[in-house]
Amino acid sequence: MVPQSIENLKAICRDVRADIVKMTAAAGSGHPGGSLSSVELLTALYFNVLNHRPEDPHWPERDRFILSKGHVCPVLYSVMARTGYFPVEELMTLRKFGSRLQGHPSYKALPGLESSSGSLGQGLSIANGLALAAKLDGKSYRVYCLMGDGELQEGQIWEAMMTAAHYKLDNVCAIVDYNNLQIDGKVEEVMGLNPLVKKWESFNWNVIEIDGHDLAQVLKAYEEAANHKGQPSVIIAHTIKGKGVSFMENVAGWHGKAPNQEELERALQEIYGGGK
Amino acid sequence: MSIKKLPNRDGYGLGLIELGKTNPNVIVLDADLAKSTRSDWFQEKFPDRFFDLGIAEQDMLGTAAGLALAGKIPFVTTYGVFVAGRAWDQIRTTVCYAELNVKIAGAHGGVSVGPDGATHQALEDIALMRVLPNMTVVVPCDAVEAKKATIAVASIQGPCYLRFAREATPVFTNEEDSFQIGKANQLVDGSDVTIIACGPIVYESLLAAEELQKEGISARVLNMHTVKPLDAEAVLKAAAETGAIVTAEEHQIFGGLGGAVAELLAKQNPTPMEMIGVKDTFGESGTPEELAEKYELTAKDIVKAVKRVLARKKD
Repeated sequence: MVPQSIENLKAICRDVRADIVKMTAAAGSGHPGGSLSSVELLTALYFNVLNHRPEDPHWPERDRFILSKGHVCPVLYSVMARTGYFPVEELMTLRKFGSRLQGHPSYKALPGLESSSGSLGQGLSIANGLALAAKLDGKSYRVYCLMGDGELQEGQIWEAMMTAAHYKLDNVCAIVDYNNLQIDGKVEEVMGLNPLVKKWESFNWNVIEIDGHDLAQVLKAYEEAANHKGQPSVIIAHTIKGKGVSFMENVAGWHGKAPNQEELERALQEIYGGGK
Repeated sequence: MSIKKLPNRDGYGLGLIELGKTNPNVIVLDADLAKSTRSDWFQEKFPDRFFDLGIAEQDMLGTAAGLALAGKIPFVTTYGVFVAGRAWDQIRTTVCYAELNVKIAGAHGGVSVGPDGATHQALEDIALMRVLPNMTVVVPCDAVEAKKATIAVASIQGPCYLRFAREATPVFTNEEDSFQIGKANQLVDGSDVTIIACGPIVYESLLAAEELQKEGISARVLNMHTVKPLDAEAVLKAAAETGAIVTAEEHQIFGGLGGAVAELLAKQNPTPMEMIGVKDTFGESGTPEELAEKYELTAKDIVKAVKRVLARKKD
């Protein structure tokens, strides 16, 4: 795929945000908050970073992306559709009976998904297995894995952090969408993660800390991660839950709630700023 | 004449070595129990294809899922309790939902684990694995069959659970006996009752049939090494031809082989049944013999169960 300019990526991010609110509104349920916080991270990844062929989703040399926090599948479905995995119109079937766009990702339902997810904390282990296989086979593909900050409370992730470092899986790039909120409230109040950077560093990871909504920083972080050898890399991306829709920003209640028609219209107006 | 005894996990180790030679995609993972599960036999011969994940079963299952997604055939190995129980959600959501080609070996099944006590005696694993869509569940009866089962699961696509015992148990099947996943082996024919068993307790079932023969009771013995998919044809034939069934397994009487047989018969041909197994309780420390006696898992107990079921048999 031809890499996009930052200006183009910004425009695509607006479309992705619009997709997220439209899809969840049409479904009447879903998870807009954490989807909106990951928009720049996944748009940059799917349009400019991944070595992939949307028209040939089983291409063996492709880079892999594992969505560990499966509930934010609206953002993943959107970037997949917009990079050509399936028609953009299909996005509106999210969560509906018979849809390939299941409420949480189903590997068997939709070509291009690299795993099923929804039960939190499992993706990094899967990414490690794929990365280990690449090393065994002498292949150069890379494996990316997006996790939520609340998700890091799952113990399995810390097991997988040890495994990736132990086997020196420098072809793994973990991404933490650090939006500070989870269903029950602020992450630091529910079950604190601080000091998060030190934790990853002490597990022998290369840590790259960025503003997850600044596309230039996001792109640079992916490049730095790819160039770092001998250790897995993690991008700790500071983000805002609900980013781009003022009444959803930093409100835990929008973790798993769909906008109604009026809210949808307001959201779209804000996203496109009055004109597309 | 004393019969040769071997732990059926030895068959697993030998099967892995065979697979290592013939299939470069086979990878073995363990969670710090390689010596005990016999996966170290593979490790010694194929060190580049063996990975210890440490005492982290959930991560081990996820890592195996990733390897399977990349076309490998990972065998994850640990005790049955730690894999079927602790990593159940990983097996359900990551492995079975996506129908990934992950092979799961659960060692130390049953109370005959002995002195380690209840925490280490897997008594629920067959039920936990059998309830999962896309899963195949195989419970070999001896070391020879365990080797065949290990090799056989590598040749089918999709998740499989293999269950092994800890103690040396009688080796009574032969290399040349056929072994096909999903197809029961009839070891003894009989017309009055059928004993359907899996795992090392199949041998006790044979002893029970011998004992019953002396009393003029003709018992058929089926080695139901594959609990899922159940060989419905063999079960229905046994029900139709013998009219009474006793199941035997070193597992809770709920949800395992007995449950599988009962579910089938209730729908297709209700037949008087008795179930030999652990009766809704935990195990404890002791010698395998003491425990088999206490939890009523011996040939003697199977004989009693046969007599109970025969008393209820319809003419």
